[in-house]
Amino acid sequence: MMKNSMKVEFMSKSQNEAFARVVVASFASQLDPTIEELADVKTAVSEAVTNAIIHGYEGKDGTVSISCRIEDREIEIIVEDNGKGIEDVEQARQPLYTSKPELERSGMGFTVMETFMDIIEIESQKDVGTKVRMVKRFASCEN
Amino acid sequence: MHIQFETIQNHLIVKVDGELDHHTAEEIREEIDKQIDSKNIKNIIFDLKDMYFMDSSGIGVVIGRYKKVQKSGGQAAVINMNKRVERIFKMSGLFNIVKKFENRNDAIESL
Repeated sequence: MMKNSMKVEFMSKSQNEAFARVVVASFASQLDPTIEELADVKTAVSEAVTNAIIHGYEGKDGTVSISCRIEDREIEIIVEDNGKGIEDVEQARQPLYTSKPELERSGMGFTVMETFMDIIEIESQKDVGTKVRMVKRFASCEN
Repeated sequence: MHIQFETIQNHLIVKVDGELDHHTAEEIREEIDKQIDSKNIKNIIFDLKDMYFMDSSGIGVVIGRYKKVQKSGGQAAVINMNKRVERIFKMSGLFNIVKKFENRNDAIESL
């Protein structure tokens, strides 16, 4: 059984959204996912990291961390911030809900994560931070 | 990210190459709005042939531009879209407001 893990930390800069996607995708690629599966992971990571930057830190400097764990054909990705937290997680998960309509946000971030990943769990505490845990199971390789 | 504009009659064709995420969204939004405001633009056509990544920030950009042209009776369309981006459009219901065409000629004829 395959087992591996990694952790990365970066500043809450929007430039790092692309960095985060690439880092996680390249770690996940050891499981030989399909292009489609890899794109799903990249998109979900992008959403979680963007949320941390826009909503968690509201553009201020902070640290976003991502830890990934691989076990067998599964990848677990945890995106964490120490920002302001989400007051009502259920409301935040609703499609089209956005706390920042003035920023032209679509309110689809969590819906995208839910669509592209197998499991999404959100833990958040006001003024402490938010932790998003996502799991994706890759189809088994034939080779 | 690279953005190119072409105006045919009152159609603004916007070709966005590369990645459309929160980081690139603001620049794309500003550039497009500048074009819409400075030219006599009615309809906007997004050419997504070389867009290889888009997340929900992109959905926001498309909805925002649709609303902008709609105010003056215009429409929004998308051409040359790949499967990946199409999935994001479908998931978010964007096809309810943005029409999809195979190529620019089809789009210009129909809008």
